Amino acid sequence: MEDDCGITHEPSNGLCCSGRCADNSMNDISLESPAPGAATKAEPLLRAIGITKQYGTFLANDEINLDLYPAEIHALLGENGAGKSTLVKVMYGLIQPTAGELQWLGQKTVLAGPSEARALGIGMVFQHFSLFENLTVGENVALGLAPKESFAAISARLEETARVYGLPLDPKRQVWRLSVGERQRIEIVRALMQNPKLLILDEPTAVLTPQEADLLFFVLGRLKSEGRAILYISHKLDEVKRLCDTATILRGGKKVATCNPKQESAASLARMMVGADIGEVKAASGRTTTVPRLVIHRLSLDPDDPHGTHLQEISLEVRGGEIVGIAGVAGNGQDELFSALSGERLASGEGAVVINGLAAGLLGVTERRRMGAAFVPEERLGHGTAPRMKLSENALLTGHAASGMVKHGFINKPATLAAVDRTTKSFDVRKAKRDPEAASLSGGNLQKFIVGREILREPGVLIVSQPTWGVDAGAAATIRQALIDLAGRGTAVLVVSQDLDELAEIADRIAVMFHGKLSEPLSAAEATREKLGLLMGGASANQSTAKTEASDAAGA
Amino acid sequence: MQLVLEKRAERSTAIAIASPLIAVALTLVTVGILFAIMGKNPITALYVYFIEPLTDPFSLAEIAVKATPLVMIAVGLSLCYIANIWNIGAEGQFLVGAIAGSWLAVRTNGTDAGAWVLPVMLILGALGGALYAMIPALCKIRFGASEILTSLMLVYVAYYGMDYLVRGPWRDPHGLNFPTTAPFDPAATVPALIDGSRLHAGTLVALVVVMIAAVMLGRTIMGFEIKLIGAAPRAARFSGFNSDQLVLLTFAVSGGLAGLAGIIEVAGPIGYLQPDISPGYGFTAIIVAFLGRLNPVGILIAGLFLALTFIGGENAEIAMKVPQDLTKVFQGILLFYVLACDSMIVYRIRLVSTFRNPVHA
Amino acid sequence: MLDATGQILHLILSVNFILTVITASTPLLLAASGELVVERAGVLNLGIEGMMIMGAACGFAGAYESDSIVVGALCGVVAGMAMAAVFGFLTLGLAVNQVATGLALTILGTGLSGLIGSGFVGERITPAQQLYLPVLTGLPVIGRILFGQDAFVYFSIALVIGIWMFLYRTRAGLVLRAVGDNHTSAHALGYPVLKIRMLAVLFGGACAGLAGAFLPLAYTPFFIPGMTAGRGWIALALVVFASWRPGRLVAGAYLFGAVTFLQLSVQGLGLGIPPQLMSSLPYLATVVVLVLISRTRGTAGSAAPASLGVVFVPDR
Repeated sequence: MEDDCGITHEPSNGLCCSGRCADNSMNDISLESPAPGAATKAEPLLRAIGITKQYGTFLANDEINLDLYPAEIHALLGENGAGKSTLVKVMYGLIQPTAGELQWLGQKTVLAGPSEARALGIGMVFQHFSLFENLTVGENVALGLAPKESFAAISARLEETARVYGLPLDPKRQVWRLSVGERQRIEIVRALMQNPKLLILDEPTAVLTPQEADLLFFVLGRLKSEGRAILYISHKLDEVKRLCDTATILRGGKKVATCNPKQESAASLARMMVGADIGEVKAASGRTTTVPRLVIHRLSLDPDDPHGTHLQEISLEVRGGEIVGIAGVAGNGQDELFSALSGERLASGEGAVVINGLAAGLLGVTERRRMGAAFVPEERLGHGTAPRMKLSENALLTGHAASGMVKHGFINKPATLAAVDRTTKSFDVRKAKRDPEAASLSGGNLQKFIVGREILREPGVLIVSQPTWGVDAGAAATIRQALIDLAGRGTAVLVVSQDLDELAEIADRIAVMFHGKLSEPLSAAEATREKLGLLMGGASANQSTAKTEASDAAGA
Repeated sequence: MQLVLEKRAERSTAIAIASPLIAVALTLVTVGILFAIMGKNPITALYVYFIEPLTDPFSLAEIAVKATPLVMIAVGLSLCYIANIWNIGAEGQFLVGAIAGSWLAVRTNGTDAGAWVLPVMLILGALGGALYAMIPALCKIRFGASEILTSLMLVYVAYYGMDYLVRGPWRDPHGLNFPTTAPFDPAATVPALIDGSRLHAGTLVALVVVMIAAVMLGRTIMGFEIKLIGAAPRAARFSGFNSDQLVLLTFAVSGGLAGLAGIIEVAGPIGYLQPDISPGYGFTAIIVAFLGRLNPVGILIAGLFLALTFIGGENAEIAMKVPQDLTKVFQGILLFYVLACDSMIVYRIRLVSTFRNPVHA
Repeated sequence: MLDATGQILHLILSVNFILTVITASTPLLLAASGELVVERAGVLNLGIEGMMIMGAACGFAGAYESDSIVVGALCGVVAGMAMAAVFGFLTLGLAVNQVATGLALTILGTGLSGLIGSGFVGERITPAQQLYLPVLTGLPVIGRILFGQDAFVYFSIALVIGIWMFLYRTRAGLVLRAVGDNHTSAHALGYPVLKIRMLAVLFGGACAGLAGAFLPLAYTPFFIPGMTAGRGWIALALVVFASWRPGRLVAGAYLFGAVTFLQLSVQGLGLGIPPQLMSSLPYLATVVVLVLISRTRGTAGSAAPASLGVVFVPDR
């Protein structure tokens, strides 16, 4: 039968768009059907009262109160480490709170585990997918559901639900073959199949192009009009302002405020999220650029693992004194590009990568460091540092190439400690003792160490991937300023980042990676969000101008 | 209520030091109970096992003789294990080294060859062991085959190979059909350190090996590379180290050390080649490596300790009719306790109240 | 050369050969089946040899004392499970390195089995009886092969079929495969990863114990210290050879059994091939097989359970 949304669906699946369908026996949702357009504010669906979670001496959540109402999209805002994930895991029964309680429909509830949360009607889509790559879509979905139906029934229902919501899936495909956006669909459809009254989404657009995010928002809008409650975790202010009715802001484990994001400005939201006014980053102004110090010339590379991205004819020049940014959704070849530039993977020809005028394509990491290049990878623990080794050893990790730390094969321990001290001082690295293990530092401090370790070698070329991901605002500001200052001293800096705000702040030119290809760099002035978004989604940046011209012509 | 494992913020140095001592203590208690079950007096048995061998110089020499191959092999293995490369075939590399070196001894047997024979035998032994160890290394690098299984299978191949040689082409023609070669000439024998004692120069070699390894691991960039590849392989690659080369190198070095131990054992205490030259040294060395926490000095101590248990086991069989299998039991239990206690360096156990009942089905 | 080949062919195509191969392969099949389940759950247990030899010693002791093959088999199973429990406690409970623990298990098992079995060396028991069905067993050629085996053989086939159905046709089997593929995801979904792995490890121990018990209870009617002779390690190789799939496991087990037996019988032919070369054939064959299958894999997905051997400590 057709409903008001114009979509045909089977009577038996219990999904109802906007609650206006004539046949109410389809409504599996045992809520009062909300009147069209008006949210029922009578009683909250889920109340979190005084939720506290303590890990040792660390308070991840500190007496948090939160009310969630049906037919409402409620944002949970906060920086990395503010406690959003912890709170949400408590709501889903994954973690037990140290103190406080949850109330569902007015009744005190203790959730022993996710299956109980699901039984109540709480569904969750995690930021990091819980998928099994070598199993099929159908098997993955079945694993996330209680074993009440047969496998064949689940597969059929899965296909149906996916189709109805405009997120088509084939139950027989193995997950490792799917793109990231498609994998997220599995998570969403799996949650929807349990007919949740409350759907929690943790940073869902982190891995989507702007266009895929639009599709997601459309689906969320539908869910809201079906009377469901949605808890939307994000740190992206524009999204929250666009999508959400209410926002609760967490900072340092505590709830700071609850407000209507549509009535706030991005700046005021940011201030609540971050607290103090962070020092304004000095914009790139009037830096003189010199010769190209990093030249990538038609770099093509096959990926190491079959799920990777092929790099195709990537060309780029970075001059001394300038910061070039590479934007793009994760998984479009940024990792492969970084490996090819650092020397962890060799190019096919020596001229594909040129550092300070010397052909480096066939040289390894150590040689490239000797030529004056430095690298900061995306992953702090395990790639940029060895987590269980001391900072002095981690200084040696990149320093052994050319910093006087190694003589005739023997390690100069005092030199490595001196490097640690210098980095600590210049970059304000907070740590418990002089030379602790890398894993014991907080994300921000470790990142400052890693970036500092490279900058203090005064490289001619610096290539950085995700410089401030997962880092607190203060450390992020320090790092960004350090990059700008380094460029000011004549270094060519290449920044790969998923954070468009960051690139807007520090980059002189921005190019976009999509499916292993690099777009022509846009100057900072030309690189509007819209153009970048189009490039990130694979369209050409000229599309927007074409549309505007067409509508101008039509309106004239 | 439930016991759970929680990662510590930093490794606990206190436990790192206490762990082997606790492990040994727990083992002694467990084995003591085992003795009691077998109807032997635990105190007497422990005394015979651990104290008595230390009381006379003959036993002490035997301990050194027994520890020599254990320590040499274990040091080589530790280099592999630190880098997360699992060479289980040291026993085979030991045998092949013995074979390679013995070839020269057999060849020059009875002739009046000069003093060059022994050094060349040692070199051949090390080379033989190293080359034999490169087979599983290459299989891993070129084909991705698990080095655990390949190195292990090759142990059996080596054993049968040697069996064939001593029963066939290399058999002593004057040896009354026993499966041994002719006794080695003096020029092909490792000299004794003290006249009349079984203590031989090989022990000095082992000590030198320990010292070189300690310096290498602690102070050189090569040692750092080995440690890094084992601790964080991706960071090692980022640091510029090539893991394939390291696989080859560590296998070659450990194979070489095992092979050297093999030829020294044959050309020293035994004096000729026969099928039973190794009571499982290659496997016991694995225990020694872990007991010694993959640290050269620790391995020296662990090697001496285990050698002590071997000698004690022999004594106990004679004095108290305790079967020698107990020595293996003791070693296995000791390794268990050491591994368990070492886990406490990185983790702690906590009692936690939980409602967690996550069962789906 | 041609004559030798002819002789070998004549040998292979005889009923006796096939019968002996089946018997020789059964312990491999039993032990490998158990380990397949264990590795599918993401755990690498190198202690199979130790569990098998303990199964042999305890199995023989049990059968000798009680005069019953069934009791002996049960003793073997329990012995294997007890050893596996220790392994599980260390690797799953204390997050200890699986390789080291497995090796320790083998060394302990070898020693302990020697202690237990030493009192029984030289003793004999009545071996497991072979099936006899009035008409069927008398059939030419296939009669004894299909209808004249002992209980262990039939059980081993039933076990493999049961494991296949469990893994691919039941929900519990799906969950186990999921745990082996990605233990982090499984934990996030609420599945008790450690408990599932422990059950798998215990099952593997039971199978290894039974496989070991087969040797002194059916293969030969007596116990010799060390009688497993490395079969446990071959079983490990078999699991990899079979790409963790039960169907291929059967093929592999019989192939390896054939190679093992070939070396004994070729000796009898007096072809001048040194017996030690034949003895080393199964081990060489394993190396070759390992190299071959590791090579051809690598492009489409991953054949090995992705979290095999990776330590898992759940966060709370």
